[in-house]
Amino acid sequence: MAGRRSSIFAVYLLIHLCILALLWAHAQPGQSRARPDLELKRQMVGSLGLTDLCLFTEARYTRHPAMADSNAPFQDHPMSFDHFPSGSIVTVPEHLRYESGKP
Amino acid sequence: MTFIQKQRNILDVALCSLLRRKGKNLSLVVAYVFVIFLLSSVMFITDALKREASFVLKDTPEMVVQRLVAGRHELVPTAYAKVIGKIKGVQSVSARLWGYYYDATNGANYTLIVHQDLITSPGSIMVGRGVARHLSAGENGTIPFKACDGSYLFLEIRSVLPSESELVSADLVLMSELDFRRLFQMPEGYATDLVLRVRNVRELSTIAAKVVQLLPDTRPVSRDEILRTYDAVFSWRSGLVIVIFAGALCAFLILAWDKATGLSAEEKREIGLLKAVGWETSDVLLMKFWEGMAVSLVSFLTGIILAYLHIFFTSASLFEPALKGWSVLYPDFRLTPFIDGQHAATLFFLTVVPYTAATIVPSWRTATMDPDSVMRS
Repeated sequence: MAGRRSSIFAVYLLIHLCILALLWAHAQPGQSRARPDLELKRQMVGSLGLTDLCLFTEARYTRHPAMADSNAPFQDHPMSFDHFPSGSIVTVPEHLRYESGKP
Repeated sequence: MTFIQKQRNILDVALCSLLRRKGKNLSLVVAYVFVIFLLSSVMFITDALKREASFVLKDTPEMVVQRLVAGRHELVPTAYAKVIGKIKGVQSVSARLWGYYYDATNGANYTLIVHQDLITSPGSIMVGRGVARHLSAGENGTIPFKACDGSYLFLEIRSVLPSESELVSADLVLMSELDFRRLFQMPEGYATDLVLRVRNVRELSTIAAKVVQLLPDTRPVSRDEILRTYDAVFSWRSGLVIVIFAGALCAFLILAWDKATGLSAEEKREIGLLKAVGWETSDVLLMKFWEGMAVSLVSFLTGIILAYLHIFFTSASLFEPALKGWSVLYPDFRLTPFIDGQHAATLFFLTVVPYTAATIVPSWRTATMDPDSVMRS
Protein backbone atom coordinates (compact mmCIF):
# COMPACT_ATOMS: atom_id res chain seq x y z
CA MET A 1 0.00 0.00 0.00
CA ALA A 2 2.52 2.55 -1.21
CA GLY A 3 -0.09 5.26 -1.57
CA ARG A 4 -1.18 5.21 2.05
CA ARG A 5 -0.56 8.46 3.90
CA SER A 6 1.01 6.64 6.83
CA SER A 7 3.57 5.10 4.42
CA ILE A 8 4.39 8.47 2.88
CA PHE A 9 4.76 9.90 6.39
CA ALA A 10 7.02 7.00 7.44
CA VAL A 11 9.21 7.51 4.35
CA TYR A 12 9.37 11.25 5.09
CA LEU A 13 10.49 10.58 8.67
CA LEU A 14 12.98 7.97 7.50
CA ILE A 15 14.56 10.41 5.03
CA HIS A 16 14.88 13.02 7.78
CA LEU A 17 16.38 10.50 10.18
CA CYS A 18 18.87 9.47 7.46
CA ILE A 19 19.85 13.12 6.93
CA LEU A 20 20.28 13.52 10.70
CA ALA A 21 22.43 10.39 10.79
CA LEU A 22 24.51 11.78 7.91
CA LEU A 23 24.99 15.04 9.78
CA TRP A 24 26.02 13.08 12.86
CA ALA A 25 28.47 11.15 10.69
CA HIS A 26 29.68 14.47 9.25
CA ALA A 27 30.36 15.79 12.75
CA GLN A 28 32.53 12.82 13.79
CA PRO A 29 35.34 13.01 11.16
CA GLY A 30 34.87 16.78 11.24
CA GLN A 31 36.42 16.76 14.69
CA SER A 32 39.44 14.72 13.69
CA ARG A 33 39.74 16.79 10.49
CA ALA A 34 39.78 19.95 12.56
CA ARG A 35 42.39 18.57 14.98
CA PRO A 36 45.42 20.14 13.19
CA ASP A 37 43.70 23.55 13.14
CA LEU A 38 42.80 23.23 16.81
CA GLU A 39 46.38 22.24 17.61
CA LEU A 40 47.66 25.27 15.68
CA LYS A 41 45.39 27.58 17.68
CA ARG A 42 46.39 25.88 20.91
CA GLN A 43 50.09 26.32 20.11
CA MET A 44 49.51 29.98 19.28
CA VAL A 45 47.68 30.47 22.58
CA GLY A 46 50.60 28.86 24.40
CA SER A 47 53.39 30.72 22.62
CA LEU A 48 51.74 34.16 22.69
CA GLY A 49 50.16 33.73 26.12
CA LEU A 50 46.67 34.48 24.80
CA THR A 51 43.77 34.33 27.22
CA ASP A 52 40.66 34.79 25.09
CA LEU A 53 38.92 33.97 21.84
CA CYS A 54 38.72 36.78 19.30
CA LEU A 55 34.93 36.95 19.07
CA PHE A 56 33.94 40.53 19.88
CA THR A 57 36.52 43.19 19.03
CA GLU A 58 34.39 46.26 19.70
CA ALA A 59 35.26 46.77 23.39
CA ARG A 60 38.17 45.61 25.51
CA TYR A 61 35.98 43.88 28.09
CA THR A 62 34.27 41.82 25.38
CA ARG A 63 37.51 41.15 23.46
CA HIS A 64 39.17 39.83 26.61
CA PRO A 65 36.37 38.97 29.05
CA ALA A 66 38.72 36.84 31.14
CA MET A 67 40.99 39.86 31.69
CA ALA A 68 38.27 42.45 32.27
CA ASP A 69 37.65 44.23 35.54
CA SER A 70 34.25 44.69 37.15
CA ASN A 71 34.01 48.35 36.18
CA ALA A 72 35.05 48.02 32.54
CA PRO A 73 31.55 48.35 31.02
CA PHE A 74 31.02 51.59 32.98
CA GLN A 75 34.38 53.00 32.04
CA ASP A 76 33.28 56.41 30.82
CA HIS A 77 31.77 57.66 34.07
CA PRO A 78 30.08 56.09 37.10
CA MET A 79 26.53 56.38 35.70
CA SER A 80 27.53 55.30 32.22
CA PHE A 81 25.61 52.36 30.80
CA ASP A 82 27.19 49.58 28.81
CA HIS A 83 26.62 50.76 25.25
CA PHE A 84 28.33 48.05 23.19
CA PRO A 85 25.92 45.45 21.73
CA SER A 86 28.23 42.55 22.57
CA GLY A 87 28.17 43.68 26.21
CA SER A 88 24.65 42.25 26.37
CA ILE A 89 25.89 38.92 25.01
CA VAL A 90 28.98 38.45 27.15
CA THR A 91 28.18 37.77 30.78
CA VAL A 92 30.42 38.74 33.65
CA PRO A 93 33.10 36.06 34.16
CA GLU A 94 32.66 33.88 37.23
CA HIS A 95 35.85 35.11 38.90
CA LEU A 96 34.54 38.69 38.78
CA ARG A 97 31.08 37.74 40.04
CA TYR A 98 32.49 35.99 43.07
CA GLU A 99 35.52 38.24 43.52
CA SER A 100 34.56 39.09 47.09
CA GLY A 101 34.71 35.39 47.92
CA LYS A 102 38.24 35.03 46.54
CA PRO A 103 41.14 34.35 48.87
CA MET B 1 -6.07 -6.63 13.48
CA THR B 2 -2.47 -6.48 14.57
CA PHE B 3 -1.24 -3.66 16.77
CA ILE B 4 0.87 -2.11 14.00
CA GLN B 5 -1.97 -2.30 11.49
CA LYS B 6 -4.26 -0.52 13.93
CA GLN B 7 -1.70 2.24 14.54
CA ARG B 8 -1.24 2.68 10.79
CA ASN B 9 -4.97 3.00 10.25
CA ILE B 10 -5.30 5.54 13.03
CA LEU B 11 -2.27 7.43 11.69
CA ASP B 12 -3.95 7.52 8.26
CA VAL B 13 -7.04 9.12 9.78
CA ALA B 14 -4.88 11.54 11.80
CA LEU B 15 -2.95 12.63 8.69
CA CYS B 16 -6.21 13.04 6.72
CA SER B 17 -7.54 15.18 9.54
CA LEU B 18 -4.40 17.33 9.51
CA LEU B 19 -4.53 17.71 5.71
CA ARG B 20 -8.17 18.84 5.88
CA ARG B 21 -6.94 21.91 7.80
CA LYS B 22 -3.90 22.35 5.55
CA GLY B 23 -3.45 26.12 5.90
CA LYS B 24 -3.69 26.19 9.68
CA ASN B 25 -1.46 23.19 10.22
CA LEU B 26 1.11 24.32 7.71
CA SER B 27 1.49 27.68 9.45
CA LEU B 28 1.72 25.79 12.74
CA VAL B 29 4.52 23.60 11.38
CA VAL B 30 6.37 26.66 9.99
CA ALA B 31 6.23 28.41 13.40
CA TYR B 32 7.23 25.20 15.20
CA VAL B 33 10.16 24.59 12.81
CA PHE B 34 11.33 28.16 13.39
CA VAL B 35 11.24 27.71 17.17
CA ILE B 36 13.21 24.44 16.99
CA PHE B 37 15.62 25.99 14.46
CA LEU B 38 16.38 28.91 16.79
CA LEU B 39 16.79 26.76 19.89
CA SER B 40 18.95 24.20 18.08
CA SER B 41 21.08 26.89 16.42
CA VAL B 42 21.84 28.43 19.80
CA MET B 43 22.53 24.97 21.23
CA PHE B 44 24.92 24.08 18.38
CA ILE B 45 26.84 27.37 18.37
CA THR B 46 27.25 27.55 22.15
CA ASP B 47 28.27 23.89 22.44
CA ALA B 48 30.77 24.25 19.59
CA LEU B 49 32.27 27.49 20.94
CA LYS B 50 32.53 26.12 24.48
CA ARG B 51 34.22 22.98 23.21
CA GLU B 52 36.59 24.96 21.01
CA ALA B 53 37.45 27.35 23.86
CA SER B 54 38.10 24.54 26.32
CA PHE B 55 40.52 22.87 23.88
CA VAL B 56 42.25 25.92 22.45
CA LEU B 57 42.73 27.70 25.78
CA LYS B 58 44.24 24.67 27.54
CA ASP B 59 47.70 26.22 27.16
CA THR B 60 46.73 29.69 28.30
CA PRO B 61 49.00 31.11 31.06
CA GLU B 62 48.68 29.26 34.37
CA MET B 63 48.23 32.56 36.13
CA VAL B 64 48.07 36.21 35.09
CA VAL B 65 48.66 38.89 37.70
CA GLN B 66 47.15 42.29 37.03
CA ARG B 67 47.38 45.49 39.02
CA LEU B 68 44.24 47.44 39.81
CA VAL B 69 44.04 51.10 40.74
CA ALA B 70 40.60 52.60 41.49
CA GLY B 71 38.95 49.49 40.04
CA ARG B 72 40.80 49.79 36.73
CA HIS B 73 43.77 48.06 35.21
CA GLU B 74 47.05 49.82 35.76
CA LEU B 75 50.55 49.08 34.52
CA VAL B 76 52.46 46.67 36.76
CA PRO B 77 55.96 47.63 37.92
CA THR B 78 58.27 44.85 36.72
CA ALA B 79 59.79 44.92 40.24
CA TYR B 80 56.63 43.01 41.29
CA ALA B 81 57.99 40.05 39.32
CA LYS B 82 60.89 39.73 41.78
CA VAL B 83 58.53 39.72 44.76
CA ILE B 84 56.26 37.10 43.18
CA GLY B 85 59.23 35.02 42.00
CA LYS B 86 60.24 34.48 45.64
CA ILE B 87 56.93 32.75 46.46
CA LYS B 88 57.47 29.04 46.99
CA GLY B 89 56.09 27.04 44.08
CA VAL B 90 56.49 29.79 41.46
CA GLN B 91 58.70 28.53 38.63
CA SER B 92 58.99 31.71 36.59
CA VAL B 93 57.46 35.15 36.25
CA SER B 94 57.54 37.06 33.00
CA ALA B 95 56.24 40.48 32.10
CA ARG B 96 53.74 40.81 29.27
CA LEU B 97 53.36 43.88 27.14
CA TRP B 98 50.09 44.15 25.31
CA GLY B 99 47.34 46.65 24.71
CA TYR B 100 44.76 47.97 22.28
CA TYR B 101 45.11 50.29 19.35
CA TYR B 102 42.14 52.10 17.87
CA ASP B 103 42.63 52.77 14.19
CA ALA B 104 40.77 56.05 13.68
CA THR B 105 40.94 55.76 9.89
CA ASN B 106 38.68 52.70 9.79
CA GLY B 107 37.26 52.40 13.32
CA ALA B 108 38.87 49.01 14.00
CA ASN B 109 40.40 47.91 17.31
CA TYR B 110 43.59 45.88 17.19
CA THR B 111 45.19 43.89 19.99
CA LEU B 112 48.90 44.69 20.08
CA ILE B 113 51.21 42.15 21.68
CA VAL B 114 54.96 42.17 22.10
CA HIS B 115 56.36 38.98 20.62
CA GLN B 116 59.77 37.54 21.47
CA ASP B 117 60.43 36.53 17.83
CA LEU B 118 60.41 40.20 16.83
CA ILE B 119 62.61 41.44 19.66
CA THR B 120 65.61 41.84 17.36
CA SER B 121 63.70 43.25 14.44
CA PRO B 122 62.04 46.54 15.32
CA GLY B 123 60.00 47.99 12.49
CA SER B 124 58.53 44.60 11.62
CA ILE B 125 55.16 43.23 12.64
CA MET B 126 53.12 40.09 12.22
CA VAL B 127 49.39 40.60 11.79
CA GLY B 128 46.28 38.48 12.11
CA ARG B 129 44.33 37.56 9.00
CA GLY B 130 41.48 39.86 10.05
CA VAL B 131 43.77 42.89 10.18
CA ALA B 132 45.37 42.04 6.82
CA ARG B 133 41.98 41.52 5.21
CA HIS B 134 40.59 44.73 6.63
CA LEU B 135 43.52 46.85 5.50
CA SER B 136 43.92 44.94 2.23
CA ALA B 137 47.57 44.56 3.18
CA GLY B 138 49.81 41.55 2.66
CA GLU B 139 53.38 40.59 3.43
CA ASN B 140 55.88 43.44 3.02
CA GLY B 141 53.05 45.97 3.18
CA THR B 142 53.32 48.88 5.61
CA ILE B 143 50.83 49.96 8.26
CA PRO B 144 51.05 53.45 9.81
CA PHE B 145 50.44 53.65 13.58
CA LYS B 146 49.83 56.96 15.27
CA ALA B 147 51.97 57.18 18.41
CA CYS B 148 50.99 58.94 21.64
CA ASP B 149 53.07 62.01 20.74
CA GLY B 150 51.24 62.39 17.40
CA SER B 151 54.08 61.08 15.26
CA TYR B 152 53.62 58.14 12.93
CA LEU B 153 55.31 54.80 13.14
CA PHE B 154 55.45 52.89 9.85
CA LEU B 155 55.71 49.17 10.52
CA GLU B 156 56.31 46.60 7.84
CA ILE B 157 54.31 43.37 7.78
CA ARG B 158 56.75 40.50 8.00
CA SER B 159 54.09 37.80 7.85
CA VAL B 160 50.36 37.25 8.17
CA LEU B 161 49.19 34.72 10.76
CA PRO B 162 47.49 31.62 9.31
CA SER B 163 43.79 31.91 8.53
CA GLU B 164 43.07 28.68 10.45
CA SER B 165 43.93 30.54 13.65
CA GLU B 166 41.52 33.45 13.12
CA LEU B 167 39.36 32.55 16.08
CA VAL B 168 42.24 33.51 18.38
CA SER B 169 44.34 35.81 16.19
CA ALA B 170 42.14 37.81 13.77
CA ASP B 171 42.84 41.19 15.38
CA LEU B 172 46.41 40.59 16.57
CA VAL B 173 49.38 42.77 15.71
CA LEU B 174 52.64 41.26 17.02
CA MET B 175 55.51 43.72 17.36
CA SER B 176 58.85 44.33 19.06
CA GLU B 177 59.13 45.77 22.57
CA LEU B 178 60.91 48.83 21.24
CA ASP B 179 58.08 49.69 18.82
CA PHE B 180 55.45 48.99 21.48
CA ARG B 181 57.05 51.29 24.04
CA ARG B 182 57.63 53.97 21.40
CA LEU B 183 53.99 53.76 20.25
CA PHE B 184 52.44 54.10 23.70
CA GLN B 185 55.28 56.02 25.39
CA MET B 186 55.26 53.28 28.01
CA PRO B 187 57.99 53.84 30.61
CA GLU B 188 60.71 51.24 31.14
CA GLY B 189 60.21 49.14 34.25
CA TYR B 190 56.48 48.72 33.66
CA ALA B 191 54.48 45.98 31.94
CA THR B 192 50.81 45.34 31.18
CA ASP B 193 50.63 42.30 33.44
CA LEU B 194 52.70 39.41 34.73
CA VAL B 195 52.50 35.76 33.70
CA LEU B 196 53.36 33.03 36.18
CA ARG B 197 54.43 29.45 35.67
CA VAL B 198 54.08 27.24 38.70
CA ARG B 199 55.60 23.88 39.62
CA ASN B 200 52.33 22.29 40.72
CA VAL B 201 48.99 23.54 39.34
CA ARG B 202 47.23 22.31 42.48
CA GLU B 203 49.05 25.03 44.38
CA LEU B 204 47.59 27.80 42.21
CA SER B 205 45.00 28.96 44.74
CA THR B 206 47.63 29.06 47.53
CA ILE B 207 50.00 31.02 45.30
CA ALA B 208 47.17 33.40 44.32
CA ALA B 209 46.45 34.03 48.00
CA LYS B 210 50.14 34.74 48.68
CA VAL B 211 50.35 37.14 45.72
CA VAL B 212 47.39 39.14 47.05
CA GLN B 213 48.87 39.06 50.56
CA LEU B 214 52.26 40.37 49.41
CA LEU B 215 50.92 42.78 46.80
CA PRO B 216 47.39 43.86 47.84
CA ASP B 217 46.85 46.04 44.74
CA THR B 218 47.09 43.01 42.41
CA ARG B 219 44.53 40.56 41.13
CA PRO B 220 45.57 37.07 40.05
CA VAL B 221 43.52 35.29 37.36
CA SER B 222 44.13 31.56 37.13
CA ARG B 223 43.88 29.30 34.08
CA ASP B 224 40.80 27.62 35.54
CA GLU B 225 39.06 30.96 35.84
CA ILE B 226 39.97 31.83 32.25
CA LEU B 227 38.57 28.51 31.04
CA ARG B 228 35.41 28.90 33.11
CA THR B 229 34.84 32.34 31.59
CA TYR B 230 33.77 30.76 28.30
CA ASP B 231 31.50 28.30 30.05
CA ALA B 232 29.80 31.29 31.65
CA VAL B 233 29.75 33.38 28.45
CA PHE B 234 27.91 30.64 26.57
CA SER B 235 25.89 29.14 29.40
CA TRP B 236 22.09 29.13 29.09
CA ARG B 237 21.97 32.15 31.41
CA SER B 238 24.20 34.31 29.21
CA GLY B 239 22.77 37.28 27.35
CA LEU B 240 22.46 35.94 23.81
CA VAL B 241 21.26 32.52 24.83
CA ILE B 242 18.67 33.69 27.31
CA VAL B 243 17.21 36.28 24.92
CA ILE B 244 16.79 33.73 22.12
CA PHE B 245 15.64 31.01 24.52
CA ALA B 246 13.08 33.32 26.10
CA GLY B 247 11.73 34.43 22.70
CA ALA B 248 11.54 30.89 21.36
CA LEU B 249 10.03 29.60 24.60
CA CYS B 250 7.31 32.28 24.50
CA ALA B 251 6.51 31.37 20.89
CA PHE B 252 6.39 27.69 21.83
CA LEU B 253 4.18 28.34 24.86
CA ILE B 254 1.74 30.28 22.67
CA LEU B 255 1.63 27.32 20.27
CA ALA B 256 1.09 24.80 23.05
CA TRP B 257 -1.37 27.06 24.87
CA ASP B 258 -3.43 27.45 21.71
CA LYS B 259 -3.64 23.67 21.49
CA ALA B 260 -4.25 23.06 25.18
CA THR B 261 -7.02 25.64 25.67
CA GLY B 262 -9.45 24.03 23.32
CA LEU B 263 -10.44 22.63 19.98
CA SER B 264 -12.06 24.40 17.08
CA ALA B 265 -15.73 23.70 16.30
CA GLU B 266 -14.62 21.64 13.30
CA GLU B 267 -12.31 19.49 15.41
CA LYS B 268 -15.03 18.95 18.01
CA ARG B 269 -17.51 17.91 15.28
CA GLU B 270 -14.90 15.50 13.93
CA ILE B 271 -14.47 13.84 17.34
CA GLY B 272 -18.25 13.69 17.78
CA LEU B 273 -18.62 11.98 14.39
CA LEU B 274 -15.90 9.45 15.17
CA LYS B 275 -17.56 8.64 18.47
CA ALA B 276 -20.95 8.39 16.75
CA VAL B 277 -19.65 5.84 14.25
CA GLY B 278 -18.32 3.68 17.07
CA TRP B 279 -14.81 4.87 17.90
CA GLU B 280 -13.70 4.32 21.48
CA THR B 281 -12.43 7.27 23.52
CA SER B 282 -9.00 5.60 23.59
CA ASP B 283 -8.96 5.46 19.76
CA VAL B 284 -9.82 9.15 19.52
CA LEU B 285 -7.01 9.97 21.95
CA LEU B 286 -4.65 7.75 19.97
CA MET B 287 -5.58 9.63 16.80
CA LYS B 288 -4.91 12.97 18.52
CA PHE B 289 -1.62 11.59 19.86
CA TRP B 290 -0.54 10.74 16.31
CA GLU B 291 -1.64 14.17 15.11
CA GLY B 292 0.56 15.80 17.74
CA MET B 293 3.44 13.45 17.07
CA ALA B 294 3.25 14.00 13.30
CA VAL B 295 3.41 17.79 13.66
CA SER B 296 6.11 17.61 16.37
CA LEU B 297 8.36 15.06 14.68
CA VAL B 298 8.26 16.78 11.29
CA SER B 299 8.98 20.15 12.89
CA PHE B 300 11.69 18.84 15.22
CA LEU B 301 13.62 16.95 12.57
CA THR B 302 13.35 19.75 9.99
CA GLY B 303 14.31 22.40 12.56
CA ILE B 304 17.36 20.58 13.89
CA ILE B 305 18.66 19.73 10.39
CA LEU B 306 18.28 23.36 9.26
CA ALA B 307 20.03 24.54 12.44
CA TYR B 308 23.02 22.24 11.83
CA LEU B 309 23.33 23.52 8.25
CA HIS B 310 23.01 27.10 9.48
CA ILE B 311 25.74 26.85 12.13
CA PHE B 312 28.29 24.54 10.51
CA PHE B 313 27.80 25.19 6.80
CA THR B 314 26.99 28.90 6.71
CA SER B 315 29.03 29.88 9.82
CA ALA B 316 25.93 31.05 11.73
CA SER B 317 25.17 33.71 9.13
CA LEU B 318 21.85 34.67 10.77
CA PHE B 319 23.52 35.31 14.13
CA GLU B 320 26.38 37.25 12.56
CA PRO B 321 24.86 40.75 12.95
CA ALA B 322 24.20 40.05 16.66
CA LEU B 323 27.66 38.61 17.25
CA LYS B 324 29.41 41.36 15.29
CA GLY B 325 27.74 44.24 17.10
CA TRP B 326 29.78 47.32 16.26
CA SER B 327 32.97 45.36 15.69
CA VAL B 328 34.77 46.43 12.55
CA LEU B 329 37.08 43.42 12.67
CA TYR B 330 35.37 40.08 12.85
CA PRO B 331 37.05 36.71 12.54
CA ASP B 332 36.14 34.57 9.56
CA PHE B 333 36.02 31.17 11.23
CA ARG B 334 34.37 27.80 10.80
CA LEU B 335 33.33 25.99 13.92
CA THR B 336 34.19 22.34 14.36
CA PRO B 337 30.93 20.38 13.87
CA PHE B 338 29.70 18.89 17.11
CA ILE B 339 26.38 17.41 18.19
CA ASP B 340 25.82 16.92 21.90
CA GLY B 341 23.39 13.98 22.01
CA GLN B 342 22.30 14.82 25.54
CA HIS B 343 21.39 18.39 24.64
CA ALA B 344 19.53 17.24 21.49
CA ALA B 345 17.58 14.69 23.55
CA THR B 346 16.73 17.36 26.15
CA LEU B 347 15.45 19.65 23.42
CA PHE B 348 13.37 16.78 22.01
CA PHE B 349 11.74 16.01 25.35
CA LEU B 350 11.17 19.68 26.16
CA THR B 351 9.36 20.39 22.90
CA VAL B 352 7.83 17.23 21.40
CA VAL B 353 6.45 15.80 24.65
CA PRO B 354 4.71 18.98 25.95
CA TYR B 355 3.27 19.74 22.52
CA THR B 356 1.88 16.22 22.09
CA ALA B 357 0.45 16.33 25.61
CA ALA B 358 -1.13 19.70 24.85
CA THR B 359 -2.81 18.15 21.80
CA ILE B 360 -4.29 15.23 23.74
CA VAL B 361 -5.67 17.02 26.82
CA PRO B 362 -8.49 19.09 25.17
CA SER B 363 -9.37 16.14 22.93
CA TRP B 364 -9.76 13.94 25.99
CA ARG B 365 -12.21 16.46 27.43
CA THR B 366 -14.27 16.45 24.23
CA ALA B 367 -13.99 12.70 23.63
CA THR B 368 -15.49 11.87 27.03
CA MET B 369 -18.63 13.94 26.28
CA ASP B 370 -21.78 12.64 24.63
CA PRO B 371 -21.27 12.66 20.78
CA ASP B 372 -24.69 14.24 20.19
CA SER B 373 -24.02 17.18 22.49
CA VAL B 374 -20.52 17.60 21.03
CA MET B 375 -21.85 17.87 17.49
CA ARG B 376 -24.67 20.24 18.51
CA SER B 377 -22.37 22.55 20.54
